[in-house]
Amino acid sequence: MSEAQVKTLGERRAFPPLLAVDGIKVHYGAIQALKGVSLTVGKGEVVALIGANGAGKTSTLRAVSGMLKPSAGRITLDGKDTTNLKAHQLVPRGMAHAPEGRGVFPNLTVQENLELGAYLRKDTAAVQEDMEKGFTLFPVLKERRRQLAGTLSGGEQQMLAIARALLSRPQLLLLDEPSLGLAPQVTETIFRTLREVNATGVSVLLVEQNAHLALNSAHYGYVLETGEVVMAGPGRALLDSPEVRRAYLGE
Amino acid sequence: MAQLLQHLINGLAAGTIYALVALGYTMVYGVLKLINFAHGDVMMVGVYMGYATAFVLGREARSSLLGVALIFAVAMLGCALLGFLIERFAYRPLREKPRLTALITAIGISFALSYGFQLDIGFLPGASPRAFPEVIEPTEWLIIGDRDVVVWNWQVISFLIAVALMVGLQYLVFRTRFGRAMRAVSWDHRVAALMGIPTDRVIALTFMLGSALAAGAGLLYAIKDTSVSPLMGLYVGLKAFVAAVIGGIGHVPGAVVGALVLGLVEEFVVGYAASTWRDAVAFGFLILVLLVKPGGLFGRVAAEKV
Repeated sequence: MSEAQVKTLGERRAFPPLLAVDGIKVHYGAIQALKGVSLTVGKGEVVALIGANGAGKTSTLRAVSGMLKPSAGRITLDGKDTTNLKAHQLVPRGMAHAPEGRGVFPNLTVQENLELGAYLRKDTAAVQEDMEKGFTLFPVLKERRRQLAGTLSGGEQQMLAIARALLSRPQLLLLDEPSLGLAPQVTETIFRTLREVNATGVSVLLVEQNAHLALNSAHYGYVLETGEVVMAGPGRALLDSPEVRRAYLGE
Repeated sequence: MAQLLQHLINGLAAGTIYALVALGYTMVYGVLKLINFAHGDVMMVGVYMGYATAFVLGREARSSLLGVALIFAVAMLGCALLGFLIERFAYRPLREKPRLTALITAIGISFALSYGFQLDIGFLPGASPRAFPEVIEPTEWLIIGDRDVVVWNWQVISFLIAVALMVGLQYLVFRTRFGRAMRAVSWDHRVAALMGIPTDRVIALTFMLGSALAAGAGLLYAIKDTSVSPLMGLYVGLKAFVAAVIGGIGHVPGAVVGALVLGLVEEFVVGYAASTWRDAVAFGFLILVLLVKPGGLFGRVAAEKV
């Protein structure tokens, strides 16, 4: 029903399929947050989800990572149905989710946060290597590895959340509002890292309020409005569309 | 002087028992942010399990080293199972509900156990207190002067066990992979699950560990006091809770220090004032500590960062 109303712009570049979300619905009590959202993410693709506050962006990510159970619809990862799996069961299948807000454990040190990112991994030597890679991406984390994560600045916490998510060696990285409340320079660092990570083959599903930033970094984008996908298209095409410019870019 | 020393020893011994119970309280609170008011009653059930085991073993077997080990093992394993069941069927369904709901449920379980055990049907023991059989023969471990100061073997054993458990728990929480998972779950179990941590299992194991600790503590208490009753859990549990709050609830060494301080305070009140004042002073002391340090001696009142 909602499928028909999606306005699709341009041609999508072809990626091998990885994640398929098919008509999921999510309720919080009597409130319906998602009214049947469908989207796909390919292997190696960066997909952005934009929309206003309360449009259902975070709920979509939470349903994908198993934090929320959708009341209807189907989610497949790498061809396998994961709709009913819990969050901790999705991690070994290559899912990593850096949630918004309290994403890091402030009562643990930076080092311990990173170790938790590799909680399920037994290859200690490779974990050590990956941790060093994370420190190369974000050198400030190395300086602060013995500090409690709660003492980091907002930007540093966001870096930690991303570095930690990468330590599980995900195939799909879910990022919720990585630019929220950060200085432009820090945001730039984070998005540069995002492109580097994506270049290594990791797929990214990105939720952002900053539509300009998100669509510039994404291969493909979806526009969410009150729990439904209303528009989809390559990042560039969405950026150029008058509706998106008017509603989300303030023009 | 000798009198002071004796009070000091007795106070530490009493505090040790509180400490063992308080450790379980504080650990469950640390992970779940739930004050498990049924903790003392789980301890009571453990004591009855030990009592039954001692009874079955008979006079000879129960005072052997193997017999004592068996009594502790049965009580601690039995309580671990009880803790698992309570968490699984009473607390887990309420985990996403407001915290008050779980708290009231905990009080309900506490009463269900303490009053349920006063029934006199089937295996339930009935209301009247019973004498706990002598399993460790009390011997005077150290005598100073003309019996001015006496230290009993069980006092030393309990104290060493409490300190060892405190060190062990502190190691578990801060130095192991499981401890990291516990602390992550403690902050936010939904985010912890995103790390691949099986949060239900971590919480269940924490409960089982806390309940087994309670059983061990209860047995040491029963061996000292040589009395068992269905209401003992309410009383000891409340005191241990006070001790944990004095130390800063959620803080492992804090629970032990708080318990030792409480034990000493009570002993000095009994020794130098009047024994009827004991509980009044104990709770008065709690209020005093909270007035000066609202988070307890070692706790921090964390400002919520938003």
